[in-house]
Amino acid sequence: MEISRHWRLQQQRYGLVGEVCPHCDIKIFPPRDVCPNCAGEAKTLFQFSGRGEVYSYTTIYEPPEGFEGNAPYTVAIVKLEEGPMVTAQLTDVDNNRVSIGMPVEMVTRKLREDGKRGMLIYGYKFRPVWSHQSANQLAA
Amino acid sequence: MDQPEGSQLMRPAREVGLIGYGAYVPRFRLPASEVARVWTEGASALPIQEKAVAGLDEDVATMSIEAARNTMARAGIDPTEIRAVWVGSESHPYAVKPTSTIVAEALGAVPNTQAADWQFACKAGTEAVQAAMGFVGSGMARYALAIGMDTAQGRPGDALEYTAGAGGAAFLIGPAEEALAVIEGSYSFVTDTPDFWRRPHEKYPEHGQRFTGEPAYFKHVTTAAQRLLEFTHTTPADYAHAIFHQPNVKFPQRAGKLLGFANEQIEAGLLVGEIGNTYAGSAMIGLTAVLDAAKPGDRILLVSFGSGAGSDAFALRCTPVLAERQGRAPKTRDYIARRTEIDYATYARLRGKLVME
Ligand SMILES: [Zn+2]
Repeated sequence: MEISRHWRLQQQRYGLVGEVCPHCDIKIFPPRDVCPNCAGEAKTLFQFSGRGEVYSYTTIYEPPEGFEGNAPYTVAIVKLEEGPMVTAQLTDVDNNRVSIGMPVEMVTRKLREDGKRGMLIYGYKFRPVWSHQSANQLAA
Repeated sequence: MDQPEGSQLMRPAREVGLIGYGAYVPRFRLPASEVARVWTEGASALPIQEKAVAGLDEDVATMSIEAARNTMARAGIDPTEIRAVWVGSESHPYAVKPTSTIVAEALGAVPNTQAADWQFACKAGTEAVQAAMGFVGSGMARYALAIGMDTAQGRPGDALEYTAGAGGAAFLIGPAEEALAVIEGSYSFVTDTPDFWRRPHEKYPEHGQRFTGEPAYFKHVTTAAQRLLEFTHTTPADYAHAIFHQPNVKFPQRAGKLLGFANEQIEAGLLVGEIGNTYAGSAMIGLTAVLDAAKPGDRILLVSFGSGAGSDAFALRCTPVLAERQGRAPKTRDYIARRTEIDYATYARLRGKLVME
């Protein structure tokens, strides 16, 4: 992927920033500027909470080029609590401990390295819910 | 109010303090006994119990992002209000390209902010805190973020391999009226001392063996602490907690003793036995553990040490708002309890010590 494309995607990828439709309040990720629900223009940025649950998953043993160093790893479709589905790697979890419905939270991690000399690519992954839970327990 | 002529105490014109704080420790732990098993058949004395090791997808940028998010959760301010994002480390992911811009982007602090990376071995984070005191204390900025974070590496089999750990902390500095802990003053003591270094393009550091103790660590840490006590007209008895840079368990214990602090005053912030020496993060993450446990009114002494060499010392006083912000993010002890033990082979893979081509 060329450098300019990485750069354009950074905001949504580092912090899970999408859009909210001003007409019907649907939350949109990834951002596409048009509401998939009412087809109205939707350009208002929206910061997702990062919380969701595993909708489905698969463990990758033979990864595509650039991801060999991380294998084996689990990729999941995560249903965000605001509605949209996102596909992302899971992290901070043993591959045999993943299950459907598992509550997860977003973290920003290194996705891959573009070779030894190229860019480091960062973005969202999900891990089993931990920080919100422990913070809430402390507050309770 | 300007400092009087000749004053060595650093205190900004406008009083400043910590608005938020946050820690990060990765989940993997390598017991020191594993290093001893591989290199000395278990014969060596162990300087710590175990150290924290970063995962394959973690580095100083990602770890700083999580510590900073915890800090912002405690501070409860809009990230666009931040005017400086500063990351101190000796393991920045790029040789050239700032870590701080990655962190600022992930926080949503860009583009109306200063950003820079800091270096000075293990005190790269505390000097960023001092600079933030100046930024905020002069009125140039309302909020500045200072981070100390490292994923330090020791040469396989070297004494440093037992202790070189991963982790660190972030602090948001702002006006004293909003602070959970007011910074009452700071003092720095530096000399050109060759105790530890790493040349460009070298993966592992060199160190002056026994030279690292008396003329380097103890001289700088105890002098900085003593002078700060003197300048702030305080004694060890005035402090609920003291944190000293932690290359191993014994050094900070001894520094505390030399200065007249009791064990109970240093134990809340003494984390090296469980997470290793987190370099630029070491003293700073100790402070986060202390803030998790501290009470309004408590005074805290913080003294970092960076090889090369120097110490930054700080006197802090906790305010009533500390209690309401402690629970807004995970405690440092929660991160320490989140623990997956690994063996030396897994550690070698995680830290890129296997030759792949
Ligand atoms: Zn709509």
